[in-house]
Amino acid sequence: MLNIKNLNVKLDDEDKQILKGVDLEIKGGEVHAIMGPNGSGKSTLSYVLSGKDGYEVTEGTATLEGIDLLEMEPEERAAAGLFLAFQYPVEIPGVGNMTFLRTAVNSQLKARGEEEMSAAEFLKVVRAKAKALKIDADMLKRPVNMGFSGGEKKRNEILQMAMLEPKMCILDETDSGLDVDAMKLVAEGVNALRSEGRGFLVITHYQRLLDHIKPDVVHIMADGRIVKSGGPELALEVENNGYADILAEVA
Amino acid sequence: MTALAEKTDPTEAMITAHSVTFSGWSKSAREDALMRLRKMGLPDRRDEYWKYTRPDSLTQATAPTAAIFQNDEPPLFGEMDRLKIVFVDGVFDAAASDDLALEGITIERLATAQSDLHWARDVYGVLESHGQSPVARPLAALNTALATDGVLIHVSRTPSKPINLIYTHNSDTSDAILHHCIKLDPGTEVTLLENGPAAARFNKVIEVEVGNTASFNHIRAQGRDHERRAATHIFGRLGTESEFKSFTLTVNGVMTRNEVVLELTGDDAKAHVAGACVGDGEFHHDDTVFITHDAVNCESRQVFKKVLRNGAVGVFQGKILVKADAQKTDGYQISQSLLLDEDSQFLAKPELEIYADDVICSHGSTSGAIDEDALFYLRARGISKGDATDLLTLSFLAEAVEEIEAETLKEEILERLTGWLARRRS
Repeated sequence: MLNIKNLNVKLDDEDKQILKGVDLEIKGGEVHAIMGPNGSGKSTLSYVLSGKDGYEVTEGTATLEGIDLLEMEPEERAAAGLFLAFQYPVEIPGVGNMTFLRTAVNSQLKARGEEEMSAAEFLKVVRAKAKALKIDADMLKRPVNMGFSGGEKKRNEILQMAMLEPKMCILDETDSGLDVDAMKLVAEGVNALRSEGRGFLVITHYQRLLDHIKPDVVHIMADGRIVKSGGPELALEVENNGYADILAEVA
Repeated sequence: MTALAEKTDPTEAMITAHSVTFSGWSKSAREDALMRLRKMGLPDRRDEYWKYTRPDSLTQATAPTAAIFQNDEPPLFGEMDRLKIVFVDGVFDAAASDDLALEGITIERLATAQSDLHWARDVYGVLESHGQSPVARPLAALNTALATDGVLIHVSRTPSKPINLIYTHNSDTSDAILHHCIKLDPGTEVTLLENGPAAARFNKVIEVEVGNTASFNHIRAQGRDHERRAATHIFGRLGTESEFKSFTLTVNGVMTRNEVVLELTGDDAKAHVAGACVGDGEFHHDDTVFITHDAVNCESRQVFKKVLRNGAVGVFQGKILVKADAQKTDGYQISQSLLLDEDSQFLAKPELEIYADDVICSHGSTSGAIDEDALFYLRARGISKGDATDLLTLSFLAEAVEEIEAETLKEEILERLTGWLARRRS
């Protein structure tokens, strides 16, 4: 599904190398988690994959089902099946959440040469999926993320994911700012989307989220590299002992 | 066309080019306005309130030519039940207009109102003349003196539907001067819709007397013609507990100067003035607003948004004057521009002048580019860069459009804006 080879990335306007040779392969149906100390490059990885400005790939490749991601515009990557759940979802006054969702869904369908969804059909689908995430009609009507609590914003991200049905989902610290109940709700939303044909990359600081979204593989990232990979037990090790031991061990 | 011989004085050249014969009830108001105009002279760039807008094309004796825009859209407000009054290049079009009759109101044309209209006498040129101080507005005095037509609307009971002034521009040299007066008796409500570009050059004045507890609603769209020029003034006087709400949408137009001059004279009155404009290339749009609070516990809002690209220029000059006795005033003013490139310009001069000590007045003015984080967010969801830019542009304008109270009108305006933004790119 997602294949990253020797990815090296620096900031566009400073001579600062952030990713220093990341290798990662995620197959359909797998959930991978990336943990790591602040500044290790986790969020940068998610931005570079989804096409945010400000980064320069100096070496390496990233492909989604064999298609080169790095050459594409952000909207093309989305249409190809990549989804990033933002750590800080952006507030957009004056654009209704529903309008935004429908524009997004139809833009992707159109880009893939598929038929766009009618307003009625869309409404039916979105209502059912919103209900599962406890997103009420008011949240759908309000401007995108405006006046949403932290939990509502993250649930709204998962709703977008559910509507867009991507092949590869990247969740960037989706647990940050969530209380236990909200985290469970978000995790249920994610788990409902787990399927054979879909890969997940969950970026998190805490093991807690991984209690709810059980990963197949856990990676530890430090200083722009994946320094250790293992099973779910690796996350527990981090939770109990912090990163220091692991970093010392691989140094 | 003796105007050419009198090049030396632009004011006289303009008066000659537009000479009309004065008679009837408006004669003295027109003579008075002419005298005032001669005294102040037409504006030039040395005038403080014309620093950001070159008045030349509005003050030269003949209108610069303006190509006619081929509009293939259904007319704005076309689906609404409304009373249509049509002017083609400033000339009343009886065939295209509805009968000028609607229960609760009387409508007469300025050009044909022979009888002595007592109410109109107290409005025509009166509010305009009052609004000349402390800032001179020579183009409005010119209008009062030389207007060829317009409508005089007296609202004695709330009518069942809005009045729609429709302006059509069919001649590339037309130079129209229209003057409308509206008087709302206490407790009445009326909605005035205006749409269209009117002429190659259009000078328009509306005077509105809003009686106690009356409510005036005004929504205008200034057409899509690229080359037309317009200088418009609205003068309003607000009685106790009355409301005045005005929204203007401007898309295209090489030169627009919209002035709104309001005086809140009765306690607990409310005045909301808003505008959204979208300019591309040869586009200069100036909103000049002057709101005077002269009564207790009144509220005023000014909300102006401008989207500018390819060298378009936006100007905002907004003033709130709070007189010494206007305690408990709540004044708010915001002017913002979205600059889509580095060639475009926004020039803002917000002014507060407050003599009362128990007031809340706030103002703000900003210029900015498209929010890159928001743009990336939308694109990361699969929305193309162009569509995402349009969505964010609409999002920016929405705050001004939100000032429209009537839901159907708000939606119609937003829908048109969406369509225009999309077409602009195709």
